[in-house]
Parts: sequence; C-alpha cells; structure tokens
Amino acid sequence: MTLKSNKEIPIGGLIDEAGSSKKFKTGDWKSFRPITDFSKCINCMMCVCWCPDDCIPTEGNGNDIKRKETDFSVCKGCGICANVCPVKCIKMEEEAKFLK
Amino acid sequence: MKVKALTGTGAGAEAMRQINPDVVPAYPITPQTAIMQKFSTFVADGIVDTELIRVESEHSAMSCAVGASAAGARVMTATASAGLALMWEIVGVASGLRLPIIMAVVNRALSAPINIHCDHSDAMGARDLGWIQIYSESAQEVYENMLIATRLAEKKLLPVMVCQDGFITSHGVENVEIFDDDKIKNFVGEHKYPHALLDIKKPVTHGPLQLQDYYFETRSQQIPVMEESINDYLKIGEELSKITGREYKLFDKYNMDDADVVIVTMNSTAGTTKTAINRLRSEGKKVGLLKLRLFRPFPYKEVAEALKNVKQIIVLDRSVSFGANPPLLGEVKNALFDVKYEGLLHSGVFGLGGRNIFIEDIEDLFNKALDGKLEKSFYVGLRE
Repeated sequence: MTLKSNKEIPIGGLIDEAGSSKKFKTGDWKSFRPITDFSKCINCMMCVCWCPDDCIPTEGNGNDIKRKETDFSVCKGCGICANVCPVKCIKMEEEAKFLK
Repeated sequence: MKVKALTGTGAGAEAMRQINPDVVPAYPITPQTAIMQKFSTFVADGIVDTELIRVESEHSAMSCAVGASAAGARVMTATASAGLALMWEIVGVASGLRLPIIMAVVNRALSAPINIHCDHSDAMGARDLGWIQIYSESAQEVYENMLIATRLAEKKLLPVMVCQDGFITSHGVENVEIFDDDKIKNFVGEHKYPHALLDIKKPVTHGPLQLQDYYFETRSQQIPVMEESINDYLKIGEELSKITGREYKLFDKYNMDDADVVIVTMNSTAGTTKTAINRLRSEGKKVGLLKLRLFRPFPYKEVAEALKNVKQIIVLDRSVSFGANPPLLGEVKNALFDVKYEGLLHSGVFGLGGRNIFIEDIEDLFNKALDGKLEKSFYVGLRE
C-alpha cells in the first residue's frame, strides 16, 4: 500500500469510507495457528460461533452447514476455537514453522 | 439592540442563548458555574433547543462534547482552572479530531495552593493543545468573542476557547449591548458539519489508531489551518462589525502611535492599563497599550510590526512558566527576534491567584520606565 501525503488524507485522522478494515490483514499478529483436522470435524459450529474475529467461514445451511478453513489473514491465533471444540480436532501449532 | 446589566458569565450565557447550541455537556466549577447556571434556566424555560447534559466530571464533559460534535451537533461548554486540567486529555482529542467545540474559559489559578481567583495558568497551560484562544477584556467582549468563536470554529473545524478573567470579569456587572436575536442568529448561521457520524449516507470513522505511518501527517495538517485562521478571524470580525459597529482586530492599539513605553497584556488588566494611560497622558507622558485578543494562533508578524519602533516594551503576564519565559513574554520575544528589535524589553509577572493590580501599580511601571529605572524582569505586588 502506498502511503499518502498530509494533503491526500482526510482531516483529523478520519476514515471517510465504510468497510475499510477489509484492506487490513491483521493475521500476522499470531504466534499460534489453529490447524483443523477436517476428518474428525463434526461441523457443530461451536468454533464458528465462538471465534471473536468471525474468521471461520461456512458453506451451506441448516443441517448441511459445513465449516471451511480458517481465514489466516485475519485469525489472531487466540486459540478459543481449539478450546471449545468438543471433538478436539483443532490443534494450535507454532506460527513460526509456517513462515519458513 | 438592548443594553443589559450583565456579568462576564451572564454575557457568555446570553451569547449561548443566541447561538442556541444543540448539545451542552457541563460540570460546575468556580467561577465558571454562573455561565451554566444562567444557561440552564434558558434550557428549563424552553428558550433554547439545547440538550443540556449534566456529567460527572470535566473529563466527561469534554468527552461528551467530542462525541456530540463528531455526531454533527453544535457543541458548547465552559470550564475553569482544575476543570480544564481534568479534561486535558480530551481537550487535545477535540483539536486532534478537528471538532469545532466552543468553550468559555473563566481564567482561574491552578492548584496548589488551592485558589479560586484569577490568573491565566489554566488557559496558558492549554496553549499548545491545538485550540484557538481568544481573550476578552470585558463582559461586552466575552459576548462578542463567543459569537466570533462559533463562526470561526465551524469554518475552520477547530475548537475555540473564549477566555475571561475569573471574578474580575466573570462576576463584575457591566452594561452590555446585546444585539437583536434575529441579527445574531443570522450572523452565526446553522452548523453544517461535513463528517457527521449520524449522516448514514456518508459513513465515517472518527478517532482510529494512527501509528508511525500516519500520525505525523494528520498532526501536521493542524499547523497550517491554525495559521490560516488568523485571516478567517479577521474576516468574521468584519462581518460582526456590521452589526455591532466595533472592530475585532488581532490586538487593540491604545495610544500607541507616539508612545515611548507600551504595555502588552491581555484580558481585564488591559482596562486597568487604559485608565493609567489616560491619567499619564493628561500629564503629557507618552505611554500606550497593546491589548492582545488572539493568543492562539499568535500573530507574530503583526505584533512585531506594531512594536518594532517602540523604545520600551513592558510585557505583563498573569501566569508563569517555571524555568522558562512567562508565556506572553516568550511570544513577544519570538515576534521581536524577526525584526531585530533594539529597544528595551521588560517582563512583569502580576496577579497570580487573583492578587490585585491597581491603576497606581501600572502608573508606577510606566513612570519608572520613562525615568529609565524599570528592571528587566520584576513582579508586581509581590512581597519579596
């Protein structure tokens, strides 16, 4: 992202558009990454409901609803999903090993 | 136009009645309380449309003002001394977010020792927080400066403080000319804030985090807009002149044209100085006054131009800056550096904690200066 000059930005630090947070990838804060074993997942939606950053996407509806892979560009690695999972199919793994 | 017997706080409340702000968050503090006491009767009687919010502290008062102003409301409040000190954090937020809040400041000494009387240490402490500061000699000037402040704040999207001397001006009754409501309402106009939070068609976010990448850019925007506001202040003043017949300059020059000694000061002491000048002029002594109205932004160029040929200048400060020049002296010195001033510059500190300065004290200063006996730096009325 190119940084703008003081004449190109709104006054007072104002953000003058809606939904601009989509432009900011905050997932690089994390030191642990939740790794989901989809073969054990029962699609109970506990992790989806508990995720404080709303970063576990789903597809389908009703009884057919399925969770998809966590959006790591936003996930902060808090580990709540792993903690609430009733079948323990989410493991927190060191982020460092994914960065190589 | 009606002439009313009003105190300085009463004149401030009258201005607020005519300005009719949308939101006024307020917390009482001596000697400001009288403004809100009178204004609250206007609210209770349905004379204004204001939502008066009674908050639990000055920190909350300014926080509430920030929220309401960001929402798009015309917001006014008032404070003094410890109240201004308590709202400090949010005073800087108001200017940083470019919110046009108008605040009457009734100058009172800061603690400790605790004291309720006048000096300028409260507003002077806030001089670098990004607010425009206008100082008022009399209740009449309080009234008119509040009107100018409203226009100026909303034009530049900068907050403005209108200062008056605690008790001396705030609680002294004077004849004040209050101009017709419709004329003043027309002058003040309607506040149309361009980034209102409540404008759902144009969603905005106020106050997001800015770190090394953008804070500097945002802060730097405040510098030129403050400097430009000198011209806007003068233009708005000219408009108000058409109603009141008075002039609103950056500073007033009183008997300055041929003066050998000039006092530079602000607020009510300017009035005391004028009386001393009248007495000395009747004895043929060439003395004058430069009464500063606009302290922030400081009109360096104009002050330097006005003072550069004066033989002796006496700057009278009603506050100190421990370990540094008193605030007004510091600014006058800065201004004079650019014109290579070669006369004598004297610095007097007076009136801390409401200690009176009398006409005779000022006559004495002028006489000593004329005799070449005035020290470079001195206190007025201090036992030492």
